[in-house]
Amino acid sequence: MLNKLKAFWRVVRRLSGDDAYERYLRHHAEQHVDEPPLTREAFFKQWQDGKWKGIKRCC
Amino acid sequence: MKTILKNSVWLLVAILGAAAVGGIALHRGESINSLWFIAAALCVYALAYRFYSAWIAARVLMLDASRATPAVRLDNGRDFVPTNKWIVFGHHFAAIAGPGPLVGPTLAAQFGYLPGTLWILFGAVLGGAVQDMVTLFLSTRRNGRSLGQMAREELGAIGGTAALVGTFAIMIILIAVLGLVVVNAMKHSPWATSTVAATIPIAMIVGLYMRHFRAGKVLEASALGVILLLLSVAGGGWVDHNATLRVWFDHEGLTLAWWIIAYGFAAAILPVWLLLAPRDYLSTFMKLGTVIVLAIAILMLQPEVKMPALTQFIDGTGPIFGGKLFPFVFITIACGAISGFHALIASGTTPKLLENEGDIRMIGYGAMLLESFVAIMAMIAATVLDPGVFFAINSPAGIVGKEAADAVATISGWGFPVTVAQMDTLAREMGEATLFARTGGAPSLAVGMASIFGSAFGQGLLALWYHFAIMFEAIFILTTLDAGTRVGRFMLQDMLGNIWPKLGETSWYPSVLFTSALVVAGWGYFLYIGVIDPNGGVNILWPLFGISNQMLAAIALSVATGIFVKSGRLKFAWVTALPLTWLVIITSTAAWQKIMSDDVRVGFFAAANDMAAKLAAGALPPEKAAVAPQLIFNQQLDAWLTLFFVVILWVVILDMLRVCWRYLAGKPVRPSTEHPHEPAPLNAQWVRD
Repeated sequence: MLNKLKAFWRVVRRLSGDDAYERYLRHHAEQHVDEPPLTREAFFKQWQDGKWKGIKRCC
Repeated sequence: MKTILKNSVWLLVAILGAAAVGGIALHRGESINSLWFIAAALCVYALAYRFYSAWIAARVLMLDASRATPAVRLDNGRDFVPTNKWIVFGHHFAAIAGPGPLVGPTLAAQFGYLPGTLWILFGAVLGGAVQDMVTLFLSTRRNGRSLGQMAREELGAIGGTAALVGTFAIMIILIAVLGLVVVNAMKHSPWATSTVAATIPIAMIVGLYMRHFRAGKVLEASALGVILLLLSVAGGGWVDHNATLRVWFDHEGLTLAWWIIAYGFAAAILPVWLLLAPRDYLSTFMKLGTVIVLAIAILMLQPEVKMPALTQFIDGTGPIFGGKLFPFVFITIACGAISGFHALIASGTTPKLLENEGDIRMIGYGAMLLESFVAIMAMIAATVLDPGVFFAINSPAGIVGKEAADAVATISGWGFPVTVAQMDTLAREMGEATLFARTGGAPSLAVGMASIFGSAFGQGLLALWYHFAIMFEAIFILTTLDAGTRVGRFMLQDMLGNIWPKLGETSWYPSVLFTSALVVAGWGYFLYIGVIDPNGGVNILWPLFGISNQMLAAIALSVATGIFVKSGRLKFAWVTALPLTWLVIITSTAAWQKIMSDDVRVGFFAAANDMAAKLAAGALPPEKAAVAPQLIFNQQLDAWLTLFFVVILWVVILDMLRVCWRYLAGKPVRPSTEHPHEPAPLNAQWVRD
């Protein structure tokens, strides 16, 4: 039961983008080891600005 | 043995589905239980998903799980990110489901529950879900290209330009009509107005919280926002009872329209993090929460649907909008059955997240079925009201009369008994001064939802439930308004950038101000006219929106049909050609009637000529005569706009047919832009359950 709740919580965090920075750090550690990662604030700023560049919501 | 068991289960689903659909279609009693609607919907969706979508996936699209998706090949951790299918499903559904599936079915309920329900069910499984799935597939095979790019590359420059112009026009009309829905819900309602107004500072608080106070803590910030929103619903009741405060929020429709226009401009030029992004979080959470609670409440309560299966208004004399059942029910319900707008989401954003091509069926087809189910629930919520009450709330004053006594007399005369006392009691229970002439769908849906919630979770809180439902609808209508204005601005900057490159710079502030003002002026104009129109602008704007949305769907289906034929799949082309043909028939018929009809409530030119004649003869009361020239001009403009839409539609169709003909005649056509097959990496992560 506890595991299921945890899995559910992970889905909620993933869907909402709550874990976006953690995922970014993981991606960064895997693929761009040579440069320092963005700070939490800087990453979030970039992530949010990028998200609203196109048609994201419908009628 | 197992196969026999499986087959018999599906046989049972088919029998139950046929019984439920037959039941709601043939039932002619006083009322019918809403469970029949739920059963019919679930069986139709289950059968369609299990058989039709599986067949399309395997035979028509030939989805290939071993083919690397763009997200896998181009993974950059930002826009191309391989993502679990349930997460993509969530994102995709949140993006496609807006206020459309709530408003359309409510308006179409004037024909009775049956036409809208059947169109929502069969339109979705044969049209809308197919469109979404096929577009998602085509875009995934083309590195996430947008619909406009695909139209240009596969058909030609004409198709591409038409898609772009069509999208821009829809945006303008959509925002205007949604703005009108909010205005009609807020006029002379201090409670609704103050609650909706409070959502703006609440969104800003949430935005500041997740930008500066606790960066990226999206869930914490949203939880705070949701709590504040619920408090604002209760706070609105307090404002309503406070004699000094309530006058601040008690306004005419026109005043509110100006406020919405000013708000739309501010929202378009403010940074996204401050207003748009946090508002979107709040509206998504509210939307999902409310839809789930509504489903639970309907299942618990199993309310009786009191609207007849068909009303006399199928002859075209309906009070909410004029026009016969065919084609107008198919125009009125776009979202929930088939919505061209979805093709914009299904191309572009979602394809860049797919980790496996096999997920396309569940995400493209499945998410649309869920949206269709939302539309069915909206239909139930609207039709559980007494028909008399439904028409009293939704009929504009210009049709049934300004005075309550006149309105109830007219509506009762139609055979839908309702009394002034009944409406007064209802208004008092909902915490409103009056519920008459609140055209647009939001208030009647809110009354329906409040009565369902009230019966399921406690009668005493009806007024709170009503204003909760209004807030819930207003918050994501305003999100669409913000997001739409911004998208319109980007498109306009893109187009104007061809003339003067400086205008195309999305960060050059004078250009931002100029193009935002143009976009806001565009929808603001239609909103303004809609508000001053005594017949309720919904009658004009909603059909325009429906025609433009179906036109965009026709463009998406044309692109898909053209690609099928070009790629040698002529024998399967009917999968998209069938809904396309239907859309062409209904949009062309509707457009023809809107332009040519002699009925002043249907034909734009007829209405303009009629009003001009009355104005010249001095037959209009002074307050109507004052706005008549504007209304006449607007009707003529709307006629030209409709003509423009239908010309664009036919241009794309003919362009598609030209490409198909050239291919079949063995002449050269544009080469396919499909990305060549690259095998998906064999990684333990990709071994699927």
